[in-house]
Amino acid sequence: MKDQSSRPGNEREHTEPAFTPLGTPPEPPVRSRQGDIIHTSPELAVGEGDVRSAESGAEIVAGTSLWRDAWRRLLKNKLAVFGMIVVCLILLSSLIGPYILTWVTGYSYSTIPQDAALTKAFPPFTAPNGAFSWTHPMGTDDSGRDVLARVLIGGRISMMVGLISTFVSLMIGITFGSVAGYLGGRVDNLMMRVVDVLYALPYMMIVIVLLAFFGGRSPLGQLVLLFIALGAVSWLTMARIVRGQIISLKNQEFVLAARATGVSTTKIIFRHLVPNTLGPVIVYATLTIPSVMLQEAFLSFLGLGVQAPLASWGSLSSEGIRTLAIYPWLLIFPGVTMALALFSMNFLGDGLRDALDPQTRKV
Amino acid sequence: MLNFIIRRLVVIFPMVLIVVTLTWGLIRLAPGNFYTGEKRIPPAIQENIKRKYGLDKPWYVQYGRMMGSIVRGDFGTSLSYPGQSVNQILARTLPVSATLGLMAYLLALTIGLVAGTLAALKQNSRWDYASMGLAMLGISMPNFVLGPLLVLIFSLTLYWLPPARWEGFPSWSMVLPVLTLSAIYMAYIARLTRSGMLEVLRSDYVRTARAKGLRERDVILRHVMRGGIMPVVSFTGPALALLITGTVVVERIFALPGLGNYFLNANLARDEPLIIGIVAFISIVILVFNLLVDISYAFIDPRIRY
Repeated sequence: MKDQSSRPGNEREHTEPAFTPLGTPPEPPVRSRQGDIIHTSPELAVGEGDVRSAESGAEIVAGTSLWRDAWRRLLKNKLAVFGMIVVCLILLSSLIGPYILTWVTGYSYSTIPQDAALTKAFPPFTAPNGAFSWTHPMGTDDSGRDVLARVLIGGRISMMVGLISTFVSLMIGITFGSVAGYLGGRVDNLMMRVVDVLYALPYMMIVIVLLAFFGGRSPLGQLVLLFIALGAVSWLTMARIVRGQIISLKNQEFVLAARATGVSTTKIIFRHLVPNTLGPVIVYATLTIPSVMLQEAFLSFLGLGVQAPLASWGSLSSEGIRTLAIYPWLLIFPGVTMALALFSMNFLGDGLRDALDPQTRKV
Repeated sequence: MLNFIIRRLVVIFPMVLIVVTLTWGLIRLAPGNFYTGEKRIPPAIQENIKRKYGLDKPWYVQYGRMMGSIVRGDFGTSLSYPGQSVNQILARTLPVSATLGLMAYLLALTIGLVAGTLAALKQNSRWDYASMGLAMLGISMPNFVLGPLLVLIFSLTLYWLPPARWEGFPSWSMVLPVLTLSAIYMAYIARLTRSGMLEVLRSDYVRTARAKGLRERDVILRHVMRGGIMPVVSFTGPALALLITGTVVVERIFALPGLGNYFLNANLARDEPLIIGIVAFISIVILVFNLLVDISYAFIDPRIRY
C-alpha cells in the first residue's frame, strides 16, 4: 500500500489489500519440452497454455499446504462459513428447486391457473378462500403464478449472469494485466494508461446506451449482450491486480529458468506466471460476482436487462415495485432473497481474502 | 503542482471526445433512429425532418458538426422534448440530481466516517461487529429494493413521509430519496475508514506520536484521522460514477425530475442529442472531480508531491 499511496493519480484502489506472492512460491514448473511444439501460433499457444496451466495449478495445490491452510483459516471465520452455506443453499435450490417444486405442488414458474378465479395475486400461505395453505409459500403474482417458483428460476438467471460475466471479465483482465505486467516498460505504461482512462468513464451510462439501442431483439440475445457488456466493464480492477502480481513474480528464478530453456513469452505468461496469481484472482472474482449481479439487477430494474419470459431477481423486483402498495410480497421476496444472496457472497469473498492473503490476516 | 493541474486539464478534452465518439458510434451502429418509433411518419415529412436536423448528410459531416458544436458548448436540440435545447434540460435537471447526490454523499460521509472510526478504535467490540454487519447489508441491499421498502414502511404504512415527487431543497420529500441513495456510500465509507484507520493505527508515525507523549485525543484527531481518511478520499472518484447510476434508479423510484430520469427516457426514445449531451456533461464532471481528488491528496498527505 505504501508505494501505491505515493502515486495517487494512478492507483485509486486503496480498497484492495496489497497481495504478496502466495506464501512460498510453488516449485518452478520447469519441465522438459519434449513433445512441445515450439513454433505454435500465438493464439494456439494461449489456449493451450490456459488449459495446461489449470492442470498444473491443481498439481501445485496438492503439493503445497497453502490451500489447505487457507481452507482451515476460512473454516474458523464464522461469517464466511455462514456465507458459504447460504450461497450453496441458494445455488442448490435454484438449480434443482424448481423441479422439486413442480413435483410437489404442480406449479412451475410459468404455470398460469386454468381457473379464471385463481389468476390474481394471493398473499403468502393463503389459499383462494383465505385459509392457510402450503401451496404458495411466497404467494402468487397478479397472473396467479407461484412467486417461490419464479424466485428460484430468477436466481438461476441472476447467478448465471454473475458467473459468466465474471468469467468474461476474468479472461480480459488476466490477459491484459499479465501482458502489461510481464512486458513492462513503455507497453505497460500505455496499457495502464488505457485502464486509467476507462476507469474515469461513466461506463454504466455507455452500457445503458448499448442495451437500449442493441437490446430487445430476443430474450437469449439480450442475455448474451448482458454477459458481454457487464464483463467488458468489470475487468479493470482485475487487470490491475494481475499486473501487480506478475510484476512481483517476473524476476523470480523460475521465470529466468523458463526463459533460459527457450520457452516463448506467451507460454511464460500463461503457463508459468498466471497460475501463480490465482489466489488474489479467486478472491477478487468472488467479490466481482455479487457486484456484477447487482449491476444486472440494476439494468433489469430499468427494463434493459433480462426480458420476459426469462426472469431474474432484478426483473422480478422491478415488476413487484409497480404493485408495491397492493401486493408488497411481489417485491419483498425476490428483493430480500437477492439481498441475502449478495450479503452471503460478500461475506464469503471477505473471508476468502482474509484466508488467502497473509497481509490482511494480521489485522 | 500548477504544471500537474494544467497537464491533467489538457487531458480532459480528448477523453470527453473519446466518450462522445464512443456513444455516438454506438447510437449510429444500432438499427433505427428517433423517427422509426411508434408513429408512422409519411416519407415526405421524414425527408423534411432529416434535412432540418442535417441527417441527410454523410456521417462524417454529421460527426464533424456535432463535435464542432460540442466544443463550443452547445449540445443541440432535444428530439423527444421538442423546442427545448439540451442545455436548457441540463440546466433544469442538474440542480435536482446535484442536490440529491450532494445531500446523500454528505450524509454518507458523516455517518460513515463516525461509524468507521469508532469501529476501528474499538476493534472486535460489539460495536465493531454491529456497524460492519450493517455496512455489509448496505453494500448487498440493492437500492431499488431498499427504496420501495422504505416507502412501504414510512409512506404507505406509517404515513410519515411523502412517497414520491420533488418539492425543492428543504422539504420532507427529500428524506427517502436521500436515504436510499446514501445507504451504499455510507456502507463503503464506513468499511474504508475502518480498514484505513486500522492500518494507520499500527504505523510507525503513530507510535512516534504516542512515544513523544501526545495526548490520545490529539494522536487520533491529528495523525490517525489524517492518514485513515485517505482511502475515503480515493473513493470519491468511483463514488461519483456510482452516484450517477444510483440517481438513475432513485429518480426512477421516486419520480424525480433529475438528470438520470431524463437520461433513461432519452435512451428509450432514442433522443440522440440529449443522450450525447448528458454523457458528455457527466464525463466532464467525473473527470474534473477526479482531478480535484488528486489535488486534495497533496493537502491531506504531506508526503505526496506533484
